[in-house]
This record gives sequence, C-alpha cells and structure tokens, in this order.
Amino acid sequence: MNNAINLKEMKDREILELMHEDLYDGYEEEILEDVNELLARGLAPYQILTEGLIAGMDIIGEDFRDGIIFVPEVLMSAKAMKGGMRLLRPTLAASDSPPQGTVIIGTVKGDIHDIGKNLVGMMLEGAGFEVIDIGVNNEINRYLEAVQEHRPDILGMSALLTTTMPYMGDVIHALKEAGVRDDLIVLVGGAPLNHAFAKELEADAYAPDAAAAAETAKALMEKKRSGG
Amino acid sequence: MNPFEKLLQTTSGSILLDGAMGTMLMEAGLEEGAAPEKWNLTHPDRVKEVHRLYIQAGSRLILTNSFGGTRYRLEMRGLEDEVIQINKAAAEIARAEADAAPHLVAVAGSMGPTGKIFTPMGDLTYEEAKEAFAEQASGLAQGGVDVFWIETMSAVEEVEAAVAGIRSISDLPISATMSFDTHGHTMMGVTPEKAVESLSQMDLASLGANCGTGSEELQEVIRKMKAANPPLPLVAKANAGIPRVVEGNVEYSGSPAVMAEYAREVRKLGARLIGACCGSTPEHIKAMAKALDLIEP
Repeated sequence: MNNAINLKEMKDREILELMHEDLYDGYEEEILEDVNELLARGLAPYQILTEGLIAGMDIIGEDFRDGIIFVPEVLMSAKAMKGGMRLLRPTLAASDSPPQGTVIIGTVKGDIHDIGKNLVGMMLEGAGFEVIDIGVNNEINRYLEAVQEHRPDILGMSALLTTTMPYMGDVIHALKEAGVRDDLIVLVGGAPLNHAFAKELEADAYAPDAAAAAETAKALMEKKRSGG
Repeated sequence: MNPFEKLLQTTSGSILLDGAMGTMLMEAGLEEGAAPEKWNLTHPDRVKEVHRLYIQAGSRLILTNSFGGTRYRLEMRGLEDEVIQINKAAAEIARAEADAAPHLVAVAGSMGPTGKIFTPMGDLTYEEAKEAFAEQASGLAQGGVDVFWIETMSAVEEVEAAVAGIRSISDLPISATMSFDTHGHTMMGVTPEKAVESLSQMDLASLGANCGTGSEELQEVIRKMKAANPPLPLVAKANAGIPRVVEGNVEYSGSPAVMAEYAREVRKLGARLIGACCGSTPEHIKAMAKALDLIEP
C-alpha cells in the first residue's frame, strides 16, 4: 500500500490509528513516516507516543498473550516502535518522559537465558517505561548498584532455571538490608515461577509472560501513584 | 552398521530413550547456575553414573551431556575456548557406558539451541549458527556419537543451520525435535504440523517433539504431528509434568506412574522413539520401560 501518498489526506486521529496497524505489521519505515507527518503537523510528541506507539503496543501485547501472534511478530513490532521512539525522544519535554516510570531488568546469577527478559524489556518500553537492562547473570551487588544509580520505580528479575529461582529471594533480602526495598516495586518472572513462589520471595508480583509483565507494571504504578 | 540405524532396524516396537541429565547432575551436586557441560571435564564419573543408571533403567539410546555445548551457550560461561574438548568428552563418556552395556545402546550427541535469535529479528546470522553447530558436531563426532540429536528447537531456521553445520563435517544420521511451549506452538510460533512439513524436507533420520510444558500437552503435539503424516520415525520426549515451587523447592508434577501412562499414550499415538525430558529420573524411565513392555514387570 502506498502509505506516504495517503498520509497527507488523513486526519490526525486516522494516522494515530494507522500507527497501530503499522506497528502490528512491524513496518518500521511506515512508522517513521507516520511519526514525522504528525510531528510536522505540530502534534504533541507525548500524544504521538501514548496514543500512537503505546496504544499500538497494547494491542500487540494482548494478541501475544492470547497466542494469536508469537515472538517473531513481537520482535518486528518492537523494532518498529523503537524506530518511532528514536524520532520522538529528542522532542519530548523533560516532564513528558518517561510517561510510566523507570524499570531495571536483569536475570539473576547463574541464569543466562535472555530471550524472555529481552521481550519483557520491549513490552515495558512499548508500555511507556524507560527500561534499563542490566543483562544476564547478575550478582546481588550489581542489582544494588543499579538501584542506587538509577533510582527506578520498578525492579524486574527473571530466572528460567529451577536452580536459579531462589536467588531472587536473596536479592530481595539484600534490598531490605540496604533499606531500599520499600521504595521499589519488585516484579519477578520466568517460566517455572508462579504467584505463590513470588509471594514467598516477598516480591510484589509475578508475571507469567512479557505482555503480563507490562500490564502488571502499569497497574502497580497506578496503585503506587494513588498511594495504595 | 551404524548403531542408531541398527537400533531402528532391529527393534520391532518402541525404542526407549533416556531422561533428564541436568536434573540428575544437580542431585549429584552441580552448583546453582554452573554449566552442566563443564562436568564432562571436571566430574566425568558423575556424568557416567547418570548414563549407567539410565541404561540400567532400560534406555537404549542415551543423550550426551552437551545440550548447551555450542560456543554461544558456552561463551556466556567463559568456556568458548573449550567447545571441542567439552563435546568430545561428553561423547566419550556416553560411548564408554553404551559399549559396556550387555546389549545394544546407541549414543546420541545432544545439540540444543544457541539461545540467540536469527536476523532480522535478532542478531545471529544463519552462517554463524551453521559454523557453531559444525564446531560442536565435530567435537561430538571425535568422541564417537552414533547420531546427532538436535533438540528443544523453537525456530525452523535454527534446525536448518544445525543440520547444514553437521552435514559440513559428518555423514552420521541426524534427529531433530522442537519444543512446543507456547499455546501449542514453539516460542517462535511454529505449529506441530508446520514442524513436520519443514523437518521432513531436511536430511533427518527421525523428528518429533521434546520438552515444552507438561506431558499431556506433548501428547497433543504428537497426535498433531502424526496426523501430518511424517515420513520418518516420530520422537516424543516429554518433561516429567510441570515444574512447581513447593515451599521454596522445585518439584515436577509428573510421577513415574504419570510418565508410564504418557509412554503408553504416545506409543498409541504413533511415536516410535520415546523418552523423557526435564525433571525425569531413572525411576521414571524404569516405569516407562515397564509400561512399554520392554522389561519384565
């Protein structure tokens, strides 16, 4: 379809909706055109971000959770979204960004499985969070340093192996000793986990997949903001 | 004749594979987060013991301790310079136990995914993956495997790269299985039917499914694969149920009795090579051997 020619004739609202489709199809070029057109019309970057990119990624998250689309589609969408973000970032006012909050994510010591963790990062970015990814195989000190440095709203940890899961409890214990546990929302994930285990670790929540991680993060931030 | 081909030709019924390696090594003291493959060099006796227990339980095809033996997995542990040694040792350890058995036992060289995603979604190219699999296969071949065992795959391209890599260094038979853990698809969205269609076009001796989620889900995958008329023997290798955390400890829901029922069920559905994956032990394999009438009750 010849996207570029039609854009000029479209209303702002129609272009924002077109962005949802372009994101879904993983069309990075088209997303860049959409964003540039809306910026040229003087639309607020924050509106393009929330109503175009973030709302579009919401749809992708839902379909991923429901097994309608899979990892390859999500990765292509996330790539397109990042392209759009690159255009928006310099124009976003300091007070606009990030719309949701800051998250640190990383897998725990001994666990080098990063595909799931990367997906979580993408879905969180898609949901409007600023994501600081500290990678795989993180020792307790690395988490503490990252928390001190970035003062995040949320700390996300994941473990895929049954042997590495208990380490998340050790990290939470260390956060308590350092006196920063209560400033943070701690989210845990990884295939073998469940809600009961997360509770036992004294994490705030468990998310079964990347889409749920983003949803849970948003819900907990809302609760935190409303003082709940 | 190649022992794996001989096994296929001389066995009239099901061929029993083995169970989990990682689960067993952890029980033997493998540290939290350490690389199981490194034990081929540092604790060969304990790896050997696992093979022996599986053979005693009734396994006729044992998998080497080399699942994470490509350079991409090993480099995350700083072991990328030991790819050949680790894989060669894995094969030698299994070979020695197989040869010591009173009957024919074949050795399968386990080859798991690189853990990377291919371009354009990820950053691993087909050529890089092919080379990494060729390198691993070369170590396994030097150690004396009878068949290369590609397993737990999510992407068809990665299976292709593995087969091409193996074929660049060896003519031995190759088997490939994929892991269907996401709404009945692989993580990358491959259906059981699509897997049969794609894998059938590769130079393979058998194909099927392993790992995934629970054994019941795997039965459903095997049913779908059989319905797609695979031209090759079907492999079924299910986890021992679903991992659960009970009071801080990890337990699998599948008892030996559950796995015995699973073995009977997948045989009925058309699987020829039957084994178990994560969470299983020689006890599970023994129960499966009985269920398949492979040993005296």
